[in-house]
Amino acid sequence: MRNRTFLFMPGNNPGMLASAQCLGADVVIFDLEDAVAQLEKDAARTLVSHALTELRPQGVGVTVRINGLDTPYWQADMQAVVAAGTDFVMVPKIESAEQVLQVAEAIESARQKHAITAPVKALAIIETPLGIENAYAIASASKTLHGILLGAEDFTASMGAQRTAEGAEIAYARSRLLTACKAAGVLAIDTPFPFVSDLEGLEKDAAFAVQLGFDGKAVISPHHVHRVNQAFMPAPDKVNWARRVMATARKASEEGKGAVSLDGMMIDLPIIKRAERILLLADA
Amino acid sequence: MKRKYISTIAAALRECGLKDGMTLSFHHHLRNGDHVVNMTMDAVAALGVKGITVACSSLFPVHEHLIEHIRTGVITGLDTDYMSGPLAKAITGGILPTPVIFRSHGGRPRAIGEGSLKIDIAVVAAPAVDAMGNITGTEGPSACGSLGYIIPDTQHAAKVIAVTDHVVEGGLARISIPHDVVDHVVVVDKIGDPAGIVSGSISLTRDPVALAIARNAQAVIKASGLLQDGFCYQTGAGGASLAASLFLREDMRAMKVHGGFLLGGITKYMVEMLEEGLFDNVFDVQCFDLSSVKSIAQNPRHVEISADTYANPNRKSNCVDFLDAVLLGGTEIDLDFNVNVTTDSNGNIIGGSGGHNDAAAGAKLTIIVAPLVRARLPIVVEKCTTLTTIGSTVDVLVTERGIAVNPARKELADRLRDARLPVCGIEDLHDQAVRMTGKPLAYERGDKVVGTMEYRDGTIVDHIYATKQSI
Amino acid sequence: MNKQCSAMAGTLESNDIFITITAVGGTDTSISLSSIVMNQFGEAIRAVVTQCMAQSGLKGVEVTVQDKGALECTIKARMETAIARFKEKM
Repeated sequence: MRNRTFLFMPGNNPGMLASAQCLGADVVIFDLEDAVAQLEKDAARTLVSHALTELRPQGVGVTVRINGLDTPYWQADMQAVVAAGTDFVMVPKIESAEQVLQVAEAIESARQKHAITAPVKALAIIETPLGIENAYAIASASKTLHGILLGAEDFTASMGAQRTAEGAEIAYARSRLLTACKAAGVLAIDTPFPFVSDLEGLEKDAAFAVQLGFDGKAVISPHHVHRVNQAFMPAPDKVNWARRVMATARKASEEGKGAVSLDGMMIDLPIIKRAERILLLADA
Repeated sequence: MKRKYISTIAAALRECGLKDGMTLSFHHHLRNGDHVVNMTMDAVAALGVKGITVACSSLFPVHEHLIEHIRTGVITGLDTDYMSGPLAKAITGGILPTPVIFRSHGGRPRAIGEGSLKIDIAVVAAPAVDAMGNITGTEGPSACGSLGYIIPDTQHAAKVIAVTDHVVEGGLARISIPHDVVDHVVVVDKIGDPAGIVSGSISLTRDPVALAIARNAQAVIKASGLLQDGFCYQTGAGGASLAASLFLREDMRAMKVHGGFLLGGITKYMVEMLEEGLFDNVFDVQCFDLSSVKSIAQNPRHVEISADTYANPNRKSNCVDFLDAVLLGGTEIDLDFNVNVTTDSNGNIIGGSGGHNDAAAGAKLTIIVAPLVRARLPIVVEKCTTLTTIGSTVDVLVTERGIAVNPARKELADRLRDARLPVCGIEDLHDQAVRMTGKPLAYERGDKVVGTMEYRDGTIVDHIYATKQSI
Repeated sequence: MNKQCSAMAGTLESNDIFITITAVGGTDTSISLSSIVMNQFGEAIRAVVTQCMAQSGLKGVEVTVQDKGALECTIKARMETAIARFKEKM
């Protein structure tokens, strides 16, 4: 499954929920947190549960952003969305390894309670200075954790910084998070670009995220999806290289050869995996 | 010079010999800002004349005013290519004693030319008139650009009255309708409301589903192999149709394709493509915004065309026949690819062909763009409530969830599949829609015929019935 | 049961459904329904609403339903929310 784009969708909007799979995003995030008013938390939870059970989006990864561990809603959210068959549970404001373990445990007990055999993974949002400080501990805390998203809006607010299109104020947070994720072997998901109508700024921001090595990027507007997907498109020369790697590896396998090289480079497993990833991104 | 000028509409009608039972014709270039149809029928009523057939190329919410004249018997017949708003609702309810004749934009001039639609008096809302009686649509406070829909009327009607609010003393820079077909000119305070005539700016849809459909539609055009030098294109002025033209522009720039003409209802996006040099011409039968009004006045390559030139199938040739691709909408499309743009799924009149079945018949590639489901109603139905456009002229249905290709176009389907587009059968799309919405109960038709659907070539392809209950 | 008891769920937005449950006394459940797709789905909507009310165990209430083309899963969700909210107020 590709994970270039993670699209946030309001959890209390029936029209949008129904069309989630048509918007081009690789993963959709049904939001029970910031997009839903307090008085409607119950309604959104019920709506998303029914939508997942009866109108399951096809061909996309499904995530639900539940309410934070400091709210009275998260446990009911967790039960409902795990029972409804979500692929991922996204939990905001994660600051410590203990919280990750708490989430992992809650997922496991919900899975058991509702007899869910398919795996359910967690995605954490780090959006506070303490979270950034604890990035590696969080990233390596549990096998249930699949990836971490940087939440720049709340982060810059906590830092007393100003959020800009160029993003100098989140440079450290981005790099720290990215490094922690790569070291722990979990997905690094870049923060959304918050300026909805600045499409040029979006393209630059997405290109930068790709350059840094982010595995995917969250988006807050359906209008951003296509451009961010495009940013993850590998350059033609990379695609050609990947094709040649796969052809070489296939031929070697057919001929029973063990080690092969291409252009003076050994085609070992990491190289093959990189080539596969490029071809997956390129849809080739 | 001003010998054709006469003081009032009533006086002009009298001079033209207005009698009971005549057919009066009008154009719809002032759209929902039109005042002329209502003013004229008020004058007819004041003269005590009854039994008039109003042949107006399209009727809008502003023409609700005519309901009163229908009730009093001043109007006993309607002949149009499109109808919306309270008048359409009243007609669906059965207030007119005879069925409305619904034609297409190409069929109407065909009928006028062959004499089956005989016009006694053509009343031309004229944005600007000079002393001689020459008419243009490109000047004046109520400027509307092209006057294409009324040109055939002026050439065949027994009498022609121009109604204007803007007399130009120094002669016109452009002439749409020459003085030699005009009998009388009447000056009034306002022929229409500018805000209702043209949009200040047509905005692109923000709806992400519409954009997804638009993207798919352009992908179909690209995969069809038709996008080459000389490419000729028509699309709508809103929603997915309009958005698709932006994706076309991107592809044409990237592929360095130089197009032939853009056709139909024109907006600023088409004007921009012309000015960028992406197309040789814009052939304009209707201007939708100020940008296109300005362009038609100034750019020789932006050409006003009459409804005859646009789509009359009886001409030696017509523009729609040269189209490579056209994007059209629809309320329903059935398993045989027939399309309904005249009524909704409750049988209420909400439109009419306009140029729909003309463009579909002429274009090499006819694409219907629509969401698979609209507020719990599937777009794909077993049988259209009303048949506007014949399925054999429709090639592709593009939704946000899949693309259905007419089985008669196997080679096209193969091309689209090779391009990795999500091609499926129309039955599959139907099933998918019904799985989402549940199976809708069939609409129960009333008995009274309130409309006759005349296809562009004159054949009657369907009827519209009064609804059992109006929604 | 508090006779003034009333709960709502949903919205009047396109694709949604607005449900109001009001206590009126007695033991009957009355349902008044309006929908933009009344011809096609009126019966189906009424059936879902009736079933949800039957399962709820509530009696002596008036249910007002204003549908804007909601899919069945949305109707069920909004009914579930309205019923739960009503019960909380009882």
